[in-house]
Amino acid sequence: MSPYLLLRHRDIPDIDKLEVYCQQGGFIGFKKAVVSMQPEQVTEVVKASGLRGRGGAGFPTGLKWAFMDNNAWPHYVTANADESEPGTFKDREIMEYNPFQFLEGVAIASYAVGANVAYIYLRGEFWQIARQLDWRIAEMKEAGYLGEKIFGTDYALEIYTHLGAGAYICGEETALLESIEGKLGQPRLRPPFPPVYGLYGKPTVVNNVETLTNLPLILERGAEWFRSYGTEKSPGVKIFSLSGCVNRPGNYELPLGTPFRQLIYEHGGGIRDGHAIKAIMPAGASSALIIADEKALDTPMDYENVPSLGAQLGSASVIVIDDSISIDWLIKKTVHFFCHESCGKCTPCREGTFWMKHLTERIHAGQAAWEDVQLLYDVASQMKTKCLCALGEFSIEAVMTGIDRFKDDFIERVGTEQTNIRIDANSKE
Amino acid sequence: MWIDSENDMLTEKYSEEILKILAKYPADQKRSAVMALLFLAQRETGYVTRPVMGEIAEITGTLITDVASIVGFYSLFYDEPGGKYRIQVCTDVSCAMRGAEAFVEELCENLGIGVGETTEDGLVTVEKVMCLAGCDKAPLFQVQTGEGLEYHENQTVEKTLDLIHRWRRNR
Repeated sequence: MSPYLLLRHRDIPDIDKLEVYCQQGGFIGFKKAVVSMQPEQVTEVVKASGLRGRGGAGFPTGLKWAFMDNNAWPHYVTANADESEPGTFKDREIMEYNPFQFLEGVAIASYAVGANVAYIYLRGEFWQIARQLDWRIAEMKEAGYLGEKIFGTDYALEIYTHLGAGAYICGEETALLESIEGKLGQPRLRPPFPPVYGLYGKPTVVNNVETLTNLPLILERGAEWFRSYGTEKSPGVKIFSLSGCVNRPGNYELPLGTPFRQLIYEHGGGIRDGHAIKAIMPAGASSALIIADEKALDTPMDYENVPSLGAQLGSASVIVIDDSISIDWLIKKTVHFFCHESCGKCTPCREGTFWMKHLTERIHAGQAAWEDVQLLYDVASQMKTKCLCALGEFSIEAVMTGIDRFKDDFIERVGTEQTNIRIDANSKE
Repeated sequence: MWIDSENDMLTEKYSEEILKILAKYPADQKRSAVMALLFLAQRETGYVTRPVMGEIAEITGTLITDVASIVGFYSLFYDEPGGKYRIQVCTDVSCAMRGAEAFVEELCENLGIGVGETTEDGLVTVEKVMCLAGCDKAPLFQVQTGEGLEYHENQTVEKTLDLIHRWRRNR
């Protein structure tokens, strides 16, 4: 098995200590960038590597940096460490156990876009991780990797942590920026996008933790080396967070393009308690539901092939659902989540998730008729493409694909129109 | 200057920490410090009172309404007291498939409270919360106190009751 690139602490004990990280090639990439490269050259290397954003959207990282408006200053970098998608727990492992590789990535991104200040936005629940990062940032500063005159050049950089306080929406990049500004975490109308109008109205790059953690090795070893992993259009490795009805849930670092079957059966130890696999959510609660047939299991997990199954790879949080789980229960859970986390700014999401929550609860309680399933589907359809940000759009994915692809589960719950009397939950008579 | 405020409980106790927090942000962007100051304010009692919200508004150059709206929006801030230890159990999709809902029900039954309620001695509040990014180690919860947050993973009701027992002894 090839050595880990991101979860390197699994190969190298104590890599969370600065001296060990340095012995293992730490800060070679950052030093190379600052001492011997122009910022634009760093961006070119990252573009050539084909690295795509690991937070969910899969947008090319180098291209995002190239959008930074060079007529407005200062520039900012923000690391998105809000990790709140149900089923996702990869950034946490990186920050806890391989923190310096992540911090070096923040530094490289900052140099590339000319930022002298970077913020790491962590969800409030990561309070302890933020404290540890604060210590490590102080150690880096002490060792001369941060502060003024880094490596004897004129480049200066400070990194600060900023804690959120329990709001999934702050993982949306413009809501994240609002939150750093001390406001409600509500998304902005876009365009303009953050590289033009970001933190405090200044050009800002927002990159996910895992994306940033790739940068030190890309700078140290080169774009071609990076492209030797994964597929042509989805180069590199990815951390797949595997959860749900499997024997060995956990984070698995694998090349992009690894088939679902290999993750679920070889690494995850297959389905627990002798059950059969039924469905897969490849992108956490935001995901469409895939019917887990042979074709799906043989599909490579990358940004190009997962869409052929009517879903997205997203943050690669693979939730496995077995035949003991009813899909009407599952969408009740996901809709409850999105209703709770809707920021309330736009009407389609605020109202839509509210009504979907009531409908899914009634359906699961057996207090509904087929018309309610139809109504649920209609509410979801009406939200499609009308929400201000992806949260609302994601909330309907499991609902619509659940009803489309697992109709029998709903029929079983509500019966047919003739045999089921519609019950009004508010009526006592 | 905020030092002149009648209610300067925070400033009196934590003046150094407040300056450290403010130093993270540009001088004209003090509002960015609101959330960090709210965590600081919760350190003593686990919740934020109106006068303290007023003080934070003064420190950050905002209105008390702005501060109160932040407290209302974000789920880790409270404007009323709860148990000394808030046990917050994730019951989202992945955790629910690994027994989190049964765990929380059984735990509450053992403590003689409902979900969202506090034990009679004011020690423990049990709440259901959204995903905590620990889906492979369910059932899990975080414990929120004024001091901060800590994770407890791969839990059983027995283990959790043991933990609560230790808190009770050490109070």
